[in-house]
Amino acid sequence: MKRHAKIDGPQTDRRLDGMAQGVLGQPLDRPDGPLKVTGRATYAAEVRLDRMVHGVLVRAPRVGTLNGFDTERVRGMAGVLAVLTEGLPRNSAQGAIAKSPPGNEGKAQYVGQPVALVVAETLEQATHAAWTLEVGIMPSIPVINPHAAPTEFPEKKQRDLGDLEAAMAEAAATLDETYHTPTLSSAPMEPHASIAEWDGERLTLHGAYQMLKFNRKQLAEALGIDPSAVRVLAPYVGGGFGSKLGISAEAVGAALAARMLGRPVSVVMHRRQVFEMTTRRSQTQQRIRLAADVDGHLLGIGHDALVSNLPGETFSEPVQQGTDFNYAAPNRKVVHEVARLNLIACGSVRAPGEAVGVTMFEVAMDEMAHRLNLDPVEFRLRNIPDHDPLDGKPFSSNMLAQALTEGAQRFGWRHQPPRSRREGEWWIGTGMSAAVRVNMLTESEARVTLTPEGRAKVETDMTDIGTGTYAILTQIAAEMLGLPVAQVETVLGDTDLPPASGSGGSFGAASSGSSVYLACLEIRSQIAARLGIAEEDLTLKDGHAIHANRTIPLSQILDAPITTEGHVEPGDSGKIARNATYGAHFAEVAVNDVTGETRVRRMLGTYACGRVLNVKTATSQCHGGLIWGIGMALTEELIHDPRDGHAVNRDLAEFHIPVNRDVPDLEVYLLPERDDWANPIQSKGIGELSICGAGASVINAIHAACGVRIRDLPATPDKVLAGLMQIES
Amino acid sequence: MNITLRVNGESHDLDLDPRVSLLDALRHHLHLTGTKKGCDHGQCGACTVLLNGRRINACLTLACMHDGDDITTIEGIGADGLTPLQQAFIEHDGFQCGYCTPGQICSAVGMAEELRQGWPSHVTDDLTADPELTRDEIAERMSGNLCRCSCYPGIVNAIRQSLGEQA
Ligand code: FES
Ligand code: FES
Repeated sequence: MKRHAKIDGPQTDRRLDGMAQGVLGQPLDRPDGPLKVTGRATYAAEVRLDRMVHGVLVRAPRVGTLNGFDTERVRGMAGVLAVLTEGLPRNSAQGAIAKSPPGNEGKAQYVGQPVALVVAETLEQATHAAWTLEVGIMPSIPVINPHAAPTEFPEKKQRDLGDLEAAMAEAAATLDETYHTPTLSSAPMEPHASIAEWDGERLTLHGAYQMLKFNRKQLAEALGIDPSAVRVLAPYVGGGFGSKLGISAEAVGAALAARMLGRPVSVVMHRRQVFEMTTRRSQTQQRIRLAADVDGHLLGIGHDALVSNLPGETFSEPVQQGTDFNYAAPNRKVVHEVARLNLIACGSVRAPGEAVGVTMFEVAMDEMAHRLNLDPVEFRLRNIPDHDPLDGKPFSSNMLAQALTEGAQRFGWRHQPPRSRREGEWWIGTGMSAAVRVNMLTESEARVTLTPEGRAKVETDMTDIGTGTYAILTQIAAEMLGLPVAQVETVLGDTDLPPASGSGGSFGAASSGSSVYLACLEIRSQIAARLGIAEEDLTLKDGHAIHANRTIPLSQILDAPITTEGHVEPGDSGKIARNATYGAHFAEVAVNDVTGETRVRRMLGTYACGRVLNVKTATSQCHGGLIWGIGMALTEELIHDPRDGHAVNRDLAEFHIPVNRDVPDLEVYLLPERDDWANPIQSKGIGELSICGAGASVINAIHAACGVRIRDLPATPDKVLAGLMQIES
Repeated sequence: MNITLRVNGESHDLDLDPRVSLLDALRHHLHLTGTKKGCDHGQCGACTVLLNGRRINACLTLACMHDGDDITTIEGIGADGLTPLQQAFIEHDGFQCGYCTPGQICSAVGMAEELRQGWPSHVTDDLTADPELTRDEIAERMSGNLCRCSCYPGIVNAIRQSLGEQA
């Protein structure tokens, strides 16, 4: 039996609050933990197959028309089995699109584009041969500078409400500043990897992917076969952060080569290829305008963004997604411009849009608070809208005020003028920012089986990319079916199982969680029917049904396992009400007066994400966001050579993600909330909210510490030092 | 090239291409895939193993340089039940995706020995006294092991707890 729900409005029954097992929300250890700490969890490249050979991708060294490869020479090298120069995609597929990624049409459109695959008996032979292969290219002049590029203005992303120019002209206080964020990279620790094996016409791909039901279709179309002939397996994924949403060249290459050779082929990207051949977060230029009255009420908000992507890609970093609803103001203008460049493809990276958009907007808000001589917390509190400022929709829930107040109190927030505290060489200051992120529900299905012995199995092609899916789906089923968590097994990452939302956009936990909830609700109904009672009157706990003072073991109710399916679909709920998550960040930094170095000394985040499914894994997700905020604020920047656009620092030695010592003690507080509009489990996304503005709290703290305002991320010592010298001169 | 590697107490005779790194020997030839490859360039620490008791990046050394050496990989740690350190990683959620985790754990084991032997680090104030097991000492000494899931708070707490209990 299948239980289906389309979410057209508030889900007010809050059934999960009435369950008896008491495991949901608890800090359950990850069920996959023992495998991960002993090295026994097998990631994509770690499947052991007979006769497997290795493929290594070859990059385009410059932009131009592909003009032949010296394949003959390479084919003669030791161990080489094949040199593939056709059929590889130009770039990765975008997320949640059931289409093949684009082909290269005989061109190298950016430096680093995958253009060939060399396959050999061993990895060493394939690597040597791939390095040897010469790629013939008739060079053309690449477009690298977004200001000198053809641009487009996607119609759906422009906003114009009231008259911003007039508001700016009449306001008591205004701000008009331009901010920049650089190209950023997901850089998951597991490089993109695929092992392909064919059994006749059927392909099995062991891949490192986030959204399997789409990945299967993307791969099928790229190979010209039916999706039913493709099975994708991804039980463990070593991080994704958006870069594994859509299939990349390594998956297509492995599948093509394995078909050609009749042997399993493993293709693992080298770390430098991960930077070039998967997607990046676009660099952004953001002009932010604010107009306010003397009391600090906003009258106008303007947010113009210039982002980039390759020609033909539909994705453009939705920088202003949070600006639509973060603060009230009658006059609003958003201009969204996309430059077409010959650079690495852009795609979703953790919290596409708000990660950079909210961050720079929150820096602007800090600047504006100073102009108004207002405490920045108070300034934000004065501008929280009571309905969606664009179209008057109600909020499903808006917890920004609570997040700000609670956070300020827990952090011990005190607003002080810049340069008021110094310890030796170090200036000390605190900064804050708000956090907002849209919340989504996407279609998801799951199957749940309950046995008379009181064991349950959850099955779905959902992925756990570190997000805690194994833990939370186990907990939802245990809670609904009244079982100890040890009695529930969750099986993920296999397209032979019911298709799930996949992991992306912070919708995974709530969407796949809702499908498991629905399947369990159906099981509960069937048990209740056998007992002749209403489902609402049934209590399940520790493998027993409890009703009217009777406690009956499941074995007396069931004579065979029950299997059900749950299927959730988004409906009108998201259209009627504005669904989002809210939070606040606080940071204390020390800025060195001599070197311009910034060290973060402590950080705190308060977040409201609806029902918390596992407080331990949710907190870890928030730590992740805060730390990505530190990286974005201080060190992360993928630099493009201005001549040919190649990513200069495309490895982990030069692209500086935070290391252990860059991270101070972090404090996370999750506000109690139920969002009935969101879905039947009243839960919302948490994996991305904590990066939306986290970096701004650090940038604002730098200003509070030493008076230097950084508008161009990251705040590296050279920029801070230049600011210090300017202040002192 | 013919070499013998002692891995987790067991001897393996291997005939390897001289270009095979120690990491690839473990992963591809001995099928010990617990040791991870994050960069292959000594930049991330995912491949950390113990070589004659000291932590090294297995991607930065060739297998043929280790004839007769004693290597401990994650598969050799807690093989008969989780060690307190592994248990603490689970309890403190010192990982999310788990890809950096074997390297973190091997690195922590190596680091504990360095601490025990009194090796100072960049944050040790007194170079002659025995370093203390502070938060900063652990964070500093573990900074060669990157974690993009950013589980550093859990990693530090897990190490602190398990080493603190041993001390
Ligand atoms: S794989 Fe060896 S340090 Fe990264
Ligand atoms: S747990 Fe994912 S990289 Fe460390």
